[in-house]
Amino acid sequence: MQALPAAPAPAPQRQMLVGTTLAVVAIVMLTGSMLAVWALQRREAIDFAGTWLPDGVTVPEVPTNVMLIAFAGICVFGQWAVWSAKHGDRPHTVLALGCTALVALLVINAQAFVYYRMELAIADGTYAVMFYAITGMFMLLMIIGVVFTTVAAFRYIGGRSGDQEILVSHAIYWYAMSVVFSAIWFLVYVIK
Amino acid sequence: MTTIESSPDAVATASSDRAGDTSSVLDGVAAVFTSTDHKVTGRLYLAGGLLGLVATVVINVMLSVERIDGVDTVLGYQILPQLVDAQRVGLIFATLLPLAMAGCVAVVPMQLGARSIAFPRFASSGFWMWFGGAFLTAFALLDNGGTLGRNADAVGLFIAGIGLMAVGLTASAVSVATTVFTTRAPGMTMRRVPPFSWSALVFALGLVLVMPVLLGTLAYVFLDHRNGRTGFGGNEGIFTWVGWIITQPVSFLFAIPAVGMLAETVPVVFGKRAAVRGVLFAGLGLIGVAALGGVTQQNVQNLPWAGSDLSVDDLGTKIGDLVPFLLFNALPILGILLVLLAVLQTARPDGGVRFNFSPAVLFAFFGFGMILVGMLGNLLHAADDLALQGTVFEEATAIYVVYGAVLAAMSAVIHWAPKLWGATFDTTKVTPLALLGLTGTILAAFPLYIAGFLDQPAGIAYTDDDLLIWNLISLVGHGLMAVTVIGFLGLLALSLRGDRTVGDDPWDAQTIEWTTTSPAPRDNFVDVPVVNSAEPLLDLKPAAASNDRSDA
Repeated sequence: MQALPAAPAPAPQRQMLVGTTLAVVAIVMLTGSMLAVWALQRREAIDFAGTWLPDGVTVPEVPTNVMLIAFAGICVFGQWAVWSAKHGDRPHTVLALGCTALVALLVINAQAFVYYRMELAIADGTYAVMFYAITGMFMLLMIIGVVFTTVAAFRYIGGRSGDQEILVSHAIYWYAMSVVFSAIWFLVYVIK
Repeated sequence: MTTIESSPDAVATASSDRAGDTSSVLDGVAAVFTSTDHKVTGRLYLAGGLLGLVATVVINVMLSVERIDGVDTVLGYQILPQLVDAQRVGLIFATLLPLAMAGCVAVVPMQLGARSIAFPRFASSGFWMWFGGAFLTAFALLDNGGTLGRNADAVGLFIAGIGLMAVGLTASAVSVATTVFTTRAPGMTMRRVPPFSWSALVFALGLVLVMPVLLGTLAYVFLDHRNGRTGFGGNEGIFTWVGWIITQPVSFLFAIPAVGMLAETVPVVFGKRAAVRGVLFAGLGLIGVAALGGVTQQNVQNLPWAGSDLSVDDLGTKIGDLVPFLLFNALPILGILLVLLAVLQTARPDGGVRFNFSPAVLFAFFGFGMILVGMLGNLLHAADDLALQGTVFEEATAIYVVYGAVLAAMSAVIHWAPKLWGATFDTTKVTPLALLGLTGTILAAFPLYIAGFLDQPAGIAYTDDDLLIWNLISLVGHGLMAVTVIGFLGLLALSLRGDRTVGDDPWDAQTIEWTTTSPAPRDNFVDVPVVNSAEPLLDLKPAAASNDRSDA
């Protein structure tokens, strides 16, 4: 039997990009399912008791709106990093990644501020449990995003400036997080 | 016959690995624990899945013993809820999922001509998360946890354990799917991907869709259980909210690699190219529709018609009932029938067909058949008029699917053992074992189908003495399955300790993992073969020259 023709092992094609996309799909499914259960429980609570938001609880709208605006900034900064890296502009790439991480940390801070202002104990019923579950999951995803930004920045600063795929993947992650927060913002903070 | 030889550096690496193993057991253990070789991760999944299989079969036997007397208890009331939980979680999370993932992680990169799985550390960490979650879940059940447990901390641990398994399996699934998308050999288009790898892709994408839904719901259930238990029903609410993951149709999704196993082995037996490849791939994809049961969090998408309702009155409402019923329950059946059609087309006796019997195909064929019977049972289960919901019928369906997938997993181990550890199984003993497994599965599950029609309620207790015979036969079936598993483990041990001089292509196979040495070196291939068809090895074999190319 003859041997098959051999070739050098090809470099994986857009592995980071595909992996991130799949992870993003998982994140969208995760938050989508949580919001679906939220909507279901909310409807049942309103049908049964006429109200969903516990008495005395006020959702602070200013920080939540600021978080939404911040996500627009995160998307711009993430794409700025991609654009700068493609043009070989190292200082701007690092600056853009730094801005992304900074604004992401501000979003985490704003979410903590929302917790502080709402004064909602987790044992205060179904609303509280679900509120902390969904926003807690969101916080976890934000922290993962900040770690992603940090890793991308260190790789770039460390000399792997030709590897722009991770920056594109990084931008995709933040785009997805923007979609996720927009949904949370609308369902949890606007419709309540 | 070796068509591609290992490079000296790969051989040296392998030799030094072996030297390290013998010089220090701890080094060897550390190497396994920290390995990023997908074959090691796959073998770890296999070991975990087999361990889970043994535990689950033992639990099934214990529950069947308990069912012999429908009123009194043999094992004691206290442990029955934990046993029932252990059975349901064990069938899916400790058996079906790790065994399916084992095949995907260990074999798919080799089939694609890749030197490694994508994100190998991620895949490996996925295994350890699954393993940790399985351990926590088992520990929680032993400590009076589970859906009816009375130890609140253990119940919390039970939920967290399932969540950890879900995260781990998702991580490994992302690695598998990314591998199929990004690391194929030169010339291997998506249409030329081997059937098993295609089934692995559908399975992995399904997990990426379904497992996060489970995780999100578990987060709610966990927090609710720890804080007031007002919205999600406490312990008993666990399966109300996440029960869909351990039943049908979602379990069909987890059995897709088992279906792919038949499509992989039949063309090898007949020495022909897989016919109607597009139909085969579409069929495997259609089974993936079972993911709908997960993303919509539905236990049963039922058909609410009874007796006189089978008329054409109120047609709009009935179509409204019928569409989701067919979508959830019938489309996976259409998918598996399409796969069967494609496989039968390959087996059609024309054009100088040979028959190169492989013991693996027997296991794969029996496993496929059992899964099909389980799917058909699920179709009946969803029809309200048959009043099968809430009976043991559903359990029988799950047993058919899981035991069928177990038989297919055994097929995969037998088929790829040469590449994983460089030895084959004793083929004279494998065939009787396959027949024993088939008999065990049928005897374990089919009597429960009958008992379901006779209204035996789900769970342990029943009062009708006429049901005893069916439960007795089911006990015999689980016992035979236990013997099958023990026999398989024995053959596996013999294979691991046996002669490792097997050739590179002992089955006269078609896909490129059979071009590398047996066992495959750490990086799978020294030089990656260029692929010019879906069955590249057949291109090199004169006997197949008369067969038409299936993927022009």
